[in-house]
Amino acid sequence: MTEYVLRFIAGGIIVSAFAILGDMLKPKSFAGLLGAAPSVALATLGIAVVQHGPQYAAAESWTMIYGAVALGCYSVVVCHLLIRYRVSALPATVLAVIVWLAVALGLLAGFGGAA
Amino acid sequence: MPVKLSLSALKQTRWYEYGIRFLLGGLATVLTGVLGARFGVSVGGLFLALPAIFCASATLVESHERRTKEKAGLSGTRRGQEAAALDAAGAAWGSIGLLAFAAVFHFTVVASVPGAFAAALIAWAFVSVLAWWLRRKLRIVSRKPHRSAHSLSAKGSPLTKR
Repeated sequence: MTEYVLRFIAGGIIVSAFAILGDMLKPKSFAGLLGAAPSVALATLGIAVVQHGPQYAAAESWTMIYGAVALGCYSVVVCHLLIRYRVSALPATVLAVIVWLAVALGLLAGFGGAA
Repeated sequence: MPVKLSLSALKQTRWYEYGIRFLLGGLATVLTGVLGARFGVSVGGLFLALPAIFCASATLVESHERRTKEKAGLSGTRRGQEAAALDAAGAAWGSIGLLAFAAVFHFTVVASVPGAFAAALIAWAFVSVLAWWLRRKLRIVSRKPHRSAHSLSAKGSPLTKR
């Protein structure tokens, strides 16, 4: 339980810090870079190293590469939903999670995890 | 490089919007831990790049732009969508940086944990900014004379870069 409380607080703080930095930056396309900041990764990998050691964190970061590719596809789909189909931001970002899941799990199924 | 840091932009954000981001960030980190424990390290790793707070960020960007436009007595719906789309475009380029973060961390963490975090963060920042800068330098958007021609950064120029 303590581990999850720690995860929650660490994740919340790091994500908020990147989000505040993103709010302050202009232009918007540059601020958007912070939307792909490794905020959840920093908290999770830090805890993974302490709990399970560097090998475990290395394996976790390998499949994170697939997640990052999926995030790129997700962002492009969100962009198209907003501009071409004029969907509002909330439904566009929620719907596109299906694309993220499909690409991420597809890459994992195709290439497998770290050895 | 026309990048600016503006503290006054923080005034647009309401206190509960910070709370939502903290909550979503915390929950995403917990979810990653739960999935890693339940389905193994490979599945857990995928979720390190989950766009968990992107929905909140894009929605806030959209609502801020819409409010700004509506204060001027205009409908801000389209402007809000365009602003959120620019945010998403930035995240698409940032995902290349995130990929660099993961790759650098993977290959360096066994040698040195603090070194891996530092190198991965530097790789993320460098690759993200480089991708954004290259895209800005190489891409020219030609504006057609339709109704979105006066949106966002267009200031009367027929050619503009975002």
